[in-house]
Amino acid sequence: MNVNEVPQDPRNIKPGDTLKKLVYAVDKDGKYTGVNSAGWEAENVAIKQAWDDIDEHLAETEAQVRAGTLSPIPYFMQKNLMDLALLARYAGKWQWQVKRHFKPGVFNKLSAAMLEKYAQIFNITTAQLTGFGKNNS
Amino acid sequence: MSNTPYLHHQHAHCESGVTSNLLAHEGISISEPMAFGIGAGLFFAHLPMLKVSGVPGTTYRIWPGAIFKRVAQRLNVTIHAEKFSNPDKAMQALDAVLATGKPVGILGSVFYLPYLPEAFRFHFNAHNLVAYGKQDGEYLISDPIMEDVTRIAPADLVKSRFAKGVPEPRGYMYYITGTSKDIDMAKAIEQGIKQTCFFMLGPPLPWFGNKAIFTLANRISDYPKKLPPRKAALYLGNVVRMQEEIGTGGAGFRYIYAAFLQEAGQLLKRDDLIAFSERLTAIGDDWRHFAYSAARILKARQSDIVSYDELSELLRKCGTQEKELFQEMRKLKW
Repeated sequence: MNVNEVPQDPRNIKPGDTLKKLVYAVDKDGKYTGVNSAGWEAENVAIKQAWDDIDEHLAETEAQVRAGTLSPIPYFMQKNLMDLALLARYAGKWQWQVKRHFKPGVFNKLSAAMLEKYAQIFNITTAQLTGFGKNNS
Repeated sequence: MSNTPYLHHQHAHCESGVTSNLLAHEGISISEPMAFGIGAGLFFAHLPMLKVSGVPGTTYRIWPGAIFKRVAQRLNVTIHAEKFSNPDKAMQALDAVLATGKPVGILGSVFYLPYLPEAFRFHFNAHNLVAYGKQDGEYLISDPIMEDVTRIAPADLVKSRFAKGVPEPRGYMYYITGTSKDIDMAKAIEQGIKQTCFFMLGPPLPWFGNKAIFTLANRISDYPKKLPPRKAALYLGNVVRMQEEIGTGGAGFRYIYAAFLQEAGQLLKRDDLIAFSERLTAIGDDWRHFAYSAARILKARQSDIVSYDELSELLRKCGTQEKELFQEMRKLKW
C-alpha cells in the first residue's frame, strides 16, 4: 500500500469517534512510514455488521422481555456484549444456573444479593435491572 | 530512578507499541516494526473449535505477552512480569512501581477502557497499554493506538485488568528493570526472523501458521453450504475485523512486518531482506484485496456460493505466496 492509497473513510458507527489509527505504507521513495487513517470502508463494513447483529438480537430480546417470556438478564447480557459463558464467569455460576435466571419466574425469586451481583456486572442499579421491560423503562 | 518524563508515541499495534515506548523510556530507541520483528509477532491461526462470542477465532499475530518478553530477552533487557489473583494487590503493586517513576505495561480488556471509541470496545482481553503515573486519583495512560495520552479512573482500570473470559489478564503487568549497553541488533534480528519462519512453517497442525490460511480458505468456501446466511456473514466479517481493525497496521500485520524487514535490511546492509520486504508488501496488498472483496459480500448481504469460492481462492493465493516467502527466508545465511 502506498502512502497516497491509505484510506480515510470515517467510521460513523458510534458518536464521538475521532480516533485516527496508525497504519504502515510505502512512500514515493519506497520507504515504509506510519500514516494516520480515519478508517477503511472494508473494515467499517465489518465493524458495523458486528454492531448491527448485536442491535438486532437486542431488539428481539427486548421484545421477549416485554412479552414476559424472558427475564431482563439476557437483555443486559447482550447489551454488555456478553455470551452465556462469559456472564456465568462474571457471576461465578454455572452456565445452566444463569440460564435458569433467564426465566421470569426464577428471576422474580432471585435473592437481593444475586440481583445486586448482576446489577454490578451490568453496571446498572438493581431497580434498573428488575424494572426493565415494565411499562416505559 | 528514572526522572525523564515519559514520552508517548502512537503506534499501530498495542504490544509492539508498548514495547517500543517502554524501551524508548530507558534510552533504547527501536521502532515499532523493529520491536514487532525482533519479537516475532507475525503469525496466523484459525481455530474453528475455539469460539469467541459464537464466532471461530482467527488471529494474525502471536499470543499476547510474547513480543515484549522476546524483545527484552534478545536486547539484553531485564524485565519483571507478574500476574495477580487479588485485584487490590495488583493495584497496590502497580502504584508501588509508578511511585518510583517507572512506566508499567498493563494487559487488559478493551471493553472496560472508556477512553477508547465505543465501536472498538468488545470483550477483547489482550490489549496492552502503559500506565506512567497517577494524578488527582486517576491513572495517566499512554495507549499506543491512541494519538495522545489519556487518563482512566481506578475503578475502570481494575475492571479491565481483571476482566473474565478468554484469555484472562489476571492483572498482568510488566516493566523494565535493567538495560545493557551490549546490544547485538544483528543477532536479535536473526533470531526474530528465524522464529517467525519456524512458527509459520513448523506447526504440524492445520490450525496454526501458514497451514491455517488454507484451513480458513477451505472453511470459507464451505460457509454458504453449511451455515445460515447471517452466520456465514458474521464469521466472514470477524475475519476482516481481525485483519484490519485497529492494531494491525493494515493487512493483518503484514505491512508492519514488511516495514521491519526493510529497516533490518537497511541496518544490516542486506539487499535480500529488502527484497523480502517488497514481496511481503505485495502480499499485504493481496490480503487487503481479500478484505475488500469480503466486505463487498457483507455489504451485498447475500451469500452466493461463487463469491465465497472466489474469496477462498484469494486467501489461497496469500497463503501460497507466504509459504514460498518463509521457505526462502528460512534458508537465509547469517
